[in-house]
Amino acid sequence: MAELNKDKSELERLSAGLDALENKTTQADSIARKLFNFSGPLIAMAIFVGVWQIVFELKFVEEYILPSPQQVYQALVNQYQEGILLTAAWNSLSRGIQGFIFSIIIAIPIGLALGLSKTVRVVLKPITTGLQQLPSVAWVPAAIIWFGLSNATIYAVILLGAVPSIANGLSSGIEQIPSQYLKVGRVLGTTRIQQIRHIVLPASFPGFLAGLEQGWAFAWRSLMAAELIAVSPALGVGLGQLLDVGRQLGDMSLVLGAILSIMFVGILIEKLAFAPIREHTLRIRGLRN
Amino acid sequence: MTVVTDFEVEVEGLSKRFGDEEAFVIEGLDFQVKKGEFICLLGASGCGKSTLLNILADLDSPTIGTVRVADRPTLMFQDASLMPWLTAGQNVELALRIKGMGKEQRRVRAQELLELVHLGTAFDKRPHELSGGMRQRVSIARALAQEKSILLMDEPFAALDAITRDFLHEELLGIWKRTGLTVVFVTHNVREAVRLGQRVILMSSKPGRFIREWNINLTEPRRIDAPEVATLASEITDHLRDEIKRHG
Repeated sequence: MAELNKDKSELERLSAGLDALENKTTQADSIARKLFNFSGPLIAMAIFVGVWQIVFELKFVEEYILPSPQQVYQALVNQYQEGILLTAAWNSLSRGIQGFIFSIIIAIPIGLALGLSKTVRVVLKPITTGLQQLPSVAWVPAAIIWFGLSNATIYAVILLGAVPSIANGLSSGIEQIPSQYLKVGRVLGTTRIQQIRHIVLPASFPGFLAGLEQGWAFAWRSLMAAELIAVSPALGVGLGQLLDVGRQLGDMSLVLGAILSIMFVGILIEKLAFAPIREHTLRIRGLRN
Repeated sequence: MTVVTDFEVEVEGLSKRFGDEEAFVIEGLDFQVKKGEFICLLGASGCGKSTLLNILADLDSPTIGTVRVADRPTLMFQDASLMPWLTAGQNVELALRIKGMGKEQRRVRAQELLELVHLGTAFDKRPHELSGGMRQRVSIARALAQEKSILLMDEPFAALDAITRDFLHEELLGIWKRTGLTVVFVTHNVREAVRLGQRVILMSSKPGRFIREWNINLTEPRRIDAPEVATLASEITDHLRDEIKRHG
């Protein structure tokens, strides 16, 4: 018995030693690095605005073609003070988000069917891939004929832009699952539903997430295209319509201001919604560093 | 006291090929494994070891012959195959969850199993934060969580360094003795087979057939560098080399 205990402690000590030696220390980003990650893009932007200002000062082109950063800023401030800028941004953003959520709900079953069934994949993948390649602005004229100048037109265009990307992302996520994970699931005795719930869905998540990001980018672009083309009092003012107002007034400051606002909202969603989820996903799976 | 005479695994005339025109991967295998026995299947590349284990684990079916197992076995691979989105503890819990165990209970049980493989402090670690040996121990804990009576192991330690492998041999034998599991361990490492097995079966390649078997009656515990292990290993190695030369 004493012999056995000695052996056991021997094994435990060996185990502890081996684990300690092999322990992986992950190095966190230094403060300087973090600071640079934050300030780097700001510096790049400052340089961009600086170059813009210099080009403006040199008077290569007329002011109505290229206004100064200051004038664009002023145009945005004016819109803000009239209460239009935030309303337009909010209208666009809420439409975009709603359309995007509908897109996700529609795309998930399609993506699952594509990913899980080879038959469905063979039949439908060329169509979803074709739709994904098609610039969804091409749907705007059709949607206007079908739905008139209504919100339905705008949502239809968003869906046609986002659904194929999300569905294809999920489907490729599923196709790329290492077969070993599926095999482990079967060894663990999963039912079909458990296999999907515990293995297929989590394993395909990075692909799904990539599809979501692309889907959002397409949704946002489609929305802007739709808002630019489908202008009607019934639709209210979105950033796309604001852009169109600028064009009609020949107000280049407003046009550039609206373009910057559209970009800004896009960056905001990426930084606040997608980047944290992506970072978390990659980090816990050991796909970072 | 009941005398255990039942076989846990019985294989009769098992042959397998993938397609009607293909050559047999394994051919005419006949063997039995007793309850609580530790057998090692030894063979060079192409001996159909993995195919055999897949059939025993019911992941594949025989072309000819019958396989009877007392319980659907669990299977461990060379790669620990932990789910990277789960922590070590959650990986063990997954096996329990699929069996339908409740949340509270499975957390406690997973922790116990991790302690059994000396990883009590690693519950919240992600697979990528663990070394290869630690991952393989989590994989052992996950296999034990299934509470199957048969454990199939497909070269589970082949990718590990010698020191870690030696440690895991001891760990595995300790678990085997405590749990009374029936183990079918596949390897191409002769010393490992002699170190671990009560019985070592040498397989031919292309097609995989049983050539010879040895009952290992060496003293326990035996070290991988013990002289009697080396002597028997070199005898078996000679047979293995003869088999490999046949293909040259």
